[in-house]
Amino acid sequence: MDIMALNIYGLSEIMGPGVAMECTEGREGMHVFEDHFLVETINPDTGEVLPPGAMGELVFTTLTKEAFPLIRYRTRDISHIITAPCRCGRTHQRMDRVTGRSDDMLIIRGVNVFPSQIEAVLVGIQGLEPHYQLIVDRVGTLDTLEVQVEVSDAFFSNADEVRVLQKIKKRINKDLKDFLGITAKIKLVEPKSLQRFEGKASRVIDKR
Amino acid sequence: MKVEQVSVFLENKQGSLEEVMRILKEANVNIRTLSLADTTDFGILRLIVNDVDTTSRVLRDNGFRVSRTTVVAVEVPDKPGGLHSILAVLARENITAEYLYAFVEKSGENAVIIFRFDDSAAALEVLRNNSFSVLSGDKLVGGQAVWFLEWGRAR
Ligand SMILES: [Zn+2]
Repeated sequence: MDIMALNIYGLSEIMGPGVAMECTEGREGMHVFEDHFLVETINPDTGEVLPPGAMGELVFTTLTKEAFPLIRYRTRDISHIITAPCRCGRTHQRMDRVTGRSDDMLIIRGVNVFPSQIEAVLVGIQGLEPHYQLIVDRVGTLDTLEVQVEVSDAFFSNADEVRVLQKIKKRINKDLKDFLGITAKIKLVEPKSLQRFEGKASRVIDKR
Repeated sequence: MKVEQVSVFLENKQGSLEEVMRILKEANVNIRTLSLADTTDFGILRLIVNDVDTTSRVLRDNGFRVSRTTVVAVEVPDKPGGLHSILAVLARENITAEYLYAFVEKSGENAVIIFRFDDSAAALEVLRNNSFSVLSGDKLVGGQAVWFLEWGRAR
């Protein structure tokens, strides 16, 4: 079928779909309808307004809504604003896809990270199960992150050696550092140690 | 002759070895010998048992990661230089062992060394050509484990 699918961003608190939308020409980020909405990104912890392009929580102010205007409405959605001119010629700023929710964002030694980003790294490594748990703690003044993950049955079947398991631990460490800039302690666990979760929130134990 | 070994992934926490032993006791499995390779947070328990199928099934059913690997059991006289006589030949023939452990037979005359090789077939040929006594799986069942040692490349 000759159909092109385009992303739309909207919030029921504002007006439902139609706060921002991709253009057919560019399809890189959604143009915010700036004649109706003012968009800002903030640091979700301090409320500080961030410069355009920085990853943060999206905040909208309605400019034309009459019965129920919203001023600096916090969406809890994490994304960033693209200010570069679009291929289509429209000058409205674009917002990138929402990568997470500010309520599950972790700040580890000043680095913002979402469980979904850690999950994406783990899924990219062959031999691991997509079951994991994150344990955040503070030792002295330093944040610590422990990633508990299982190796798959197939992986262990072919490798009952300590060095092979240590190698996969090193790989996880390296990928977390390379892709997310975080240092974590990796713990390989028995399958029955991890609860099977449906959602994402309970995958994190924050002891701080 | 190759022997099948069952390996179990264990977290380094209190009671995990006890749990495995309880499961095997309830399944009426007899352990011929075992070895435990451990690191700060996990370990691998390697077992030579009288019933490989039951062992891997009951452990899997209880949520353990289990692996079945082929190892080679070699008999040597239980006297100084026994293990060295095998290792000398293997070194000369460029055969690498991933790990090994050992136990003494009930009679007390011989020790049995369990080897995990990268290339079991090549190792077996070398051992046979040098007249070592390689044991079959059923020969290993029925005795009593007395001592074991662990030597791993990971250390
Ligand atoms: Zn555009």
